[in-house]
Amino acid sequence: MLTKRIIPCLDIKNGRTVKGVNFKGLRDAGDPVELAKRYANMGADELVFLDISATLEERNTTLDMVLKVAEQINIPFTVGGGISSVADVDRLLKSGADKISINSSAIKQPALINELSNTFGNQCITVAIDAKEINGEWIVHLAGGHIPSKLNLFEWAKEVERRGAGEILFTSMNNDGTKLGFANKALGQLSSTLNIPIIASGGAGTIQHFIDSFKKGKADAALAASVFHFNEITIPALKKELQNNGIPVRL
Amino acid sequence: MNVVIIDYGAGNIKSLQYAFNRLGSSAILTNSPEKIKAADRVIFPGVGQASSAMKMLQKNKLDHLIPTLTQPVLGICLGMQLLCNTSEEGNTKGLGIFDTQVKQFSKNVKVPQVGWNTIENLKSDLFKSINDKAYMYLVHSYYAAINYQTIAHTSYDTIYASALQHNNFYGVQFHPEKSGDVGAQLLKNFLELD
Repeated sequence: MLTKRIIPCLDIKNGRTVKGVNFKGLRDAGDPVELAKRYANMGADELVFLDISATLEERNTTLDMVLKVAEQINIPFTVGGGISSVADVDRLLKSGADKISINSSAIKQPALINELSNTFGNQCITVAIDAKEINGEWIVHLAGGHIPSKLNLFEWAKEVERRGAGEILFTSMNNDGTKLGFANKALGQLSSTLNIPIIASGGAGTIQHFIDSFKKGKADAALAASVFHFNEITIPALKKELQNNGIPVRL
Repeated sequence: MNVVIIDYGAGNIKSLQYAFNRLGSSAILTNSPEKIKAADRVIFPGVGQASSAMKMLQKNKLDHLIPTLTQPVLGICLGMQLLCNTSEEGNTKGLGIFDTQVKQFSKNVKVPQVGWNTIENLKSDLFKSINDKAYMYLVHSYYAAINYQTIAHTSYDTIYASALQHNNFYGVQFHPEKSGDVGAQLLKNFLELD
């Protein structure tokens, strides 16, 4: 049986992890390779690296990091952030990334989704969507959630699927950072209207939130950052509890 | 041990090379028929879409070479699918090593299948020290139908062949290079085949 995936997300700047990471026994908490290894050993099903670098120079460091991660990690990983062309994706895949995710660039030039999917196959193209519920309507945002677009979440998600995305990473900006749970109603609607996998993101605070994202939100995977980085939830305990609740996981 | 990975286009084949490095082995990327013929082990990876991948093989005349190989050959993902008779993806004629068809998953399930699923009913030395119902990582929209060469099956939408074997030719739908320690064991087994 296909299992539900648990995905830690690491923010990367200049080839280093940013945001505090509170793990005992890490020699270097800013070393993405060491952290990635740690998560892989704990039973993470995949990893996402989000590059928040601002300059070209910093981005080139990210490529080196991707090479090092691919060298040492034996589970799949996705790289996102600042990707806007076929050449960008080619470099990342050739450096050993399994999937890439695009966000703002897909909104600015939707044909990029088709182009990437046709060139590399839909299996490695994830489209990330940041959306916020404003007066009852889910509005897609760009530039890391700073700028509202005119797009409706559900319509955009449908278009993204039609253009050839292999997967959607949906972050609810209303829930992100709150630790009050995922946006399960919107997730459920996405999951039942689309025929590609949906990764839930934004709001994880407790193990119950993950259970709800799969049961109520019908997500195929759930992504979180701080609850894992600060050891508030450990992956083995989380997966055990998911299994106890009848959710298929890889243990 | 001289391991080659057939390099016939874009995509993430670096991961495969690294996976062999982690086993203390090494693998070279090549599209040279001489080097492929001379290797002890040949890895036939998959990239992108079936009909365009087949065109890339034809361009390098590898479509004629691969079926003549006599050392152990491991097709991975699309590589395995191209070793089958036909694929519904772009109506592609395959290399015909595996006597089965590659079909598209139905609309009853999410496509592609992405994630970890179990392999069952394991029937080959390729799975030495690997438990029945071990988890492997898969990403695919098309699957090989079960036939008499099936050495492992997986359930998604239907029960399909997640591994096939014919003589020296092995094929796996999953990505051993991305399937944690279990996947590494499979690659090790492949290197140690008699």
